[in-house]
Amino acid sequence: MNAITPHHFLVLAFLLFGVGFLGVVIRRNVLLVLMSLELMLNGINVALVAFSRAGANLDGSIFVFFIMTVAAAEVAVGLALLVALYKKRKSIFTEDMGLLGN
Amino acid sequence: MSGPDLLFYLFATLSVGGGLLMVLSRHPVSAALFMIVSLVGVASLFVLLDAFFLAILQVLVYAGAVMVLFLFIIMLLDVGPEGAKASRMKFVSGVAGLISVGLLLVLLLDLGLESMEPSDCTADDCDSCGESAAFAWPEIRDETAANGSSLVFSPSVKAFGFGLLAKYMLPLQVAGFLLLAAMVGVIILSKKSKGEESGLNQ
Repeated sequence: MNAITPHHFLVLAFLLFGVGFLGVVIRRNVLLVLMSLELMLNGINVALVAFSRAGANLDGSIFVFFIMTVAAAEVAVGLALLVALYKKRKSIFTEDMGLLGN
Repeated sequence: MSGPDLLFYLFATLSVGGGLLMVLSRHPVSAALFMIVSLVGVASLFVLLDAFFLAILQVLVYAGAVMVLFLFIIMLLDVGPEGAKASRMKFVSGVAGLISVGLLLVLLLDLGLESMEPSDCTADDCDSCGESAAFAWPEIRDETAANGSSLVFSPSVKAFGFGLLAKYMLPLQVAGFLLLAAMVGVIILSKKSKGEESGLNQ
């Protein structure tokens, strides 16, 4: 890798984060909002591994490992909450969850 | 442009394109499949960065376990595509999406223009001014020993395990407890309550 610098990876991580953020904002299905959150975490992971490799320091990679652990736990609990919510409301769309709105 | 550079652009396109298609696809099942494409692209970027263990973990944990769980829940709930039910909500979310994408583009242009040209840094804060023009990735040394208190980057699993069990022992145990708590929480959340059971029996 000669022409590729950490800057390229940083821009890529930013793009992944931005696409995930766009998904969190515009999607109305809570499942897809959770998936977009995963995409945002992946953008952060790319940036962390790139910095870890560029700085020849393993700490960033180990942090990515912990991020993956927390993301897996978060997905498990989030999906269980979603199933419980679906049992109660019969819908997983965000427009049906306006308890404070009207 | 050499081979690894082309691979970088290929996998970057794969991951960002998969993410975009995931965000924009109508049906949740196809969204999950595009998400798997994006995650595999990120895993191959990890391979390009010599983080082989993290690439394997990415495929096993994300593309394997997490996305299978997502697909399982999507098919269990059988939600289907988002209907055109709430047009006001659609309008509001579209406007919010446009604004956020505009802000992100401004930030990205700023980031891209700022550091593409080599920065002329002053001599007192960095002594390697020549490296900013042509960046050189540091050489990989295959050693597991910690250099002082910081761990040296290495692609081997041995170095990873050494760092995990020596320096990050307490965070590792906390992560284990977090997974245990998540497991107990999921079991409690998905257990049927008494009222629900009697409701089913009626």
